[in-house]
Amino acid sequence: MNYIFTKNIRNTSLTLIIIGALGLAYGFLSTPSSVSEAQDMVSVSDHKEGHESPSSDDHDQDVIETHQDDHAIKTSGHNSEGSTEIHQEDTTSLTSQHNDKVDSQEHEVDHGEHLLHQLQNRPWAALYVAALFFFMIPLGVLAFYAINRAAQAGWSIVLFRVMEGITGYLLPGSITIFIILVLSVMHLNHLFIWMDPEVVAHDELIQGKSAYLNTTWFLVRALFYMFGWNIYRYISRKISISQDKGDYLKNHKKNFRLAAGFLVFYIYSESMMSWDWIMSIDPHWFSTLFGWYVFASMFVTGITVIALVTIYLKAEGHLDFVNASHIHNLGLFMFGGSVFWAYLWFSQFMLIWYSNIPEEVTYFITRIEDYNLPFFGMLAMNLVFPFLVLMNRDYKRNNFLIVMAGIIIVLGHYIDVYNMIMPSAVGDQWYFGIPEIGGFMFFMGLFILFTFKSLEKAPLLASGDPFLGESKHFHY
Amino acid sequence: MGNEVLHVLYDDDDVLMKAVKDIREKKHHIEEVYTPFPVHGLDKALGLEGTKLAITAFIYGFIGLIVSIVMMNYIMIQDWPQDIGGKPSFSYLQNMPAFVPIMFELTVYFAAHLMVVTFYMRSKLWPFKKAENPNPLTTDDKFLIEILIDNNKKDLINFVKTTGAIEVKVIQKKA
Repeated sequence: MNYIFTKNIRNTSLTLIIIGALGLAYGFLSTPSSVSEAQDMVSVSDHKEGHESPSSDDHDQDVIETHQDDHAIKTSGHNSEGSTEIHQEDTTSLTSQHNDKVDSQEHEVDHGEHLLHQLQNRPWAALYVAALFFFMIPLGVLAFYAINRAAQAGWSIVLFRVMEGITGYLLPGSITIFIILVLSVMHLNHLFIWMDPEVVAHDELIQGKSAYLNTTWFLVRALFYMFGWNIYRYISRKISISQDKGDYLKNHKKNFRLAAGFLVFYIYSESMMSWDWIMSIDPHWFSTLFGWYVFASMFVTGITVIALVTIYLKAEGHLDFVNASHIHNLGLFMFGGSVFWAYLWFSQFMLIWYSNIPEEVTYFITRIEDYNLPFFGMLAMNLVFPFLVLMNRDYKRNNFLIVMAGIIIVLGHYIDVYNMIMPSAVGDQWYFGIPEIGGFMFFMGLFILFTFKSLEKAPLLASGDPFLGESKHFHY
Repeated sequence: MGNEVLHVLYDDDDVLMKAVKDIREKKHHIEEVYTPFPVHGLDKALGLEGTKLAITAFIYGFIGLIVSIVMMNYIMIQDWPQDIGGKPSFSYLQNMPAFVPIMFELTVYFAAHLMVVTFYMRSKLWPFKKAENPNPLTTDDKFLIEILIDNNKKDLINFVKTTGAIEVKVIQKKA
């Protein structure tokens, strides 16, 4: 009954990790270290935008040096589109003080500085997007698992060990995220501009939020959420395994109560996590349903990954007790979750689009103008495709179609996270290149490694669960 | 002979399910089953064809979607364009997000209502229709199977009695 970690899986995951790490390293090594280098890179990579000509002659170099200090303060806030307003205000106020010529030069410096920050952010953002995306999979699965426990669902018992296996990545995922957050706090990157005291000194809006958005409190909160999630995972897993040996009802009740309590903690901590780790990248922008939106994304991704891992294990001949009806139910959740995600996405989008308030709508203007393809492509991948494929009853019982739809959903939600982070971190300098693909492969390798390692540690059937009989005979 | 049917009464849905399977195994023809509530899996046990209501629901929903698009285009763009929130209504596509809730609602509205109407028509139900139910007990807590009597009446009666029936009656059906 036990699953044995295969060489195949080990080799696949290690290959992914190594290639991914190389891709990430390439990304970090190829970032520009000076403004002129950044401008060279951009003008080489796209000739279409002629206005970004490299300022390599001596005169321009001088200007850059003389005005650099002056401008470091003004421009450091410019990696968020929320501060484009300030940018414009800056330039208008400058026009009154300087003559036109100086102003245009100042603007060029401004632009170059901004570009440099964006290009330096790119490998960090690629790393962060992938780390966050793969961390959100076990987090979504953990919510689904706790909901099944708290609802005392009868159908899903045979999938509990698969879910517990996937949440095996929760702890390593937490650690990777925490390391990235600590590195951000140490100013090794500019992902979170509110961590830069110079930006805060010139930004009244961030000053007003600094009681919440400050680095110490930020890390304390991160530790608090991660502790809560991991401790629940640990205790629940322990109870689940001891249930195999006896005390079926007592352990069942324990897990039931624990899950109900955990869900209360989860919905608060998850929402605050989304403000801290994602929304604060745009410290000026806010949306009240953002936490739900992020939750919907991780929930549907998590369920999709449960389906993918289940189908893989079943194809390997490990899960005889999982029948087409279980897959069908997961397909229903994938379908429903996709619609739920789209509902929240649209609720957020339409209210902001309709009210058209400048400080809110800048968020979507950047995404529609600079990220048109990933922004609308994600809608096709996350709503239209699963909606049409998974609507039919028979298609939900077909493993091939579930896997096809599942891969599209997982990639679509990666792009969703990409759209949450990238526009604020790198602006229009985005690209699906080596660092992004490398980051994705690296964390996918880690995820596969830890998932299948923890699948190995317990029998694949939670044989002590009182609802096991119902789950085995589940038919729909 | 051909109009004679057997009314077999049961008082438990699990017994009923088993009886349906047994009767069908003996190649007797079940005309109809009357139950006080939907019995899960009964349609499969009876070997009924899957419903096509889902397909009609999709078609109706699609019609609702088209109706809402045409309607909103006429009302908000062609007939009486207004400038709402700094968004002049000159193009359907640019104002589309505002119409999505209406598109959604009309899709659901058309699918739900037309599906109910279709279901009633398909089940030959309409207001003031006289109930076809042969035994009022099946609206309370009993289950009834109507079996067409073929050549061997006695054998059939003896057989259904072994399936856990609480009452077996021979009924002369009106032609």
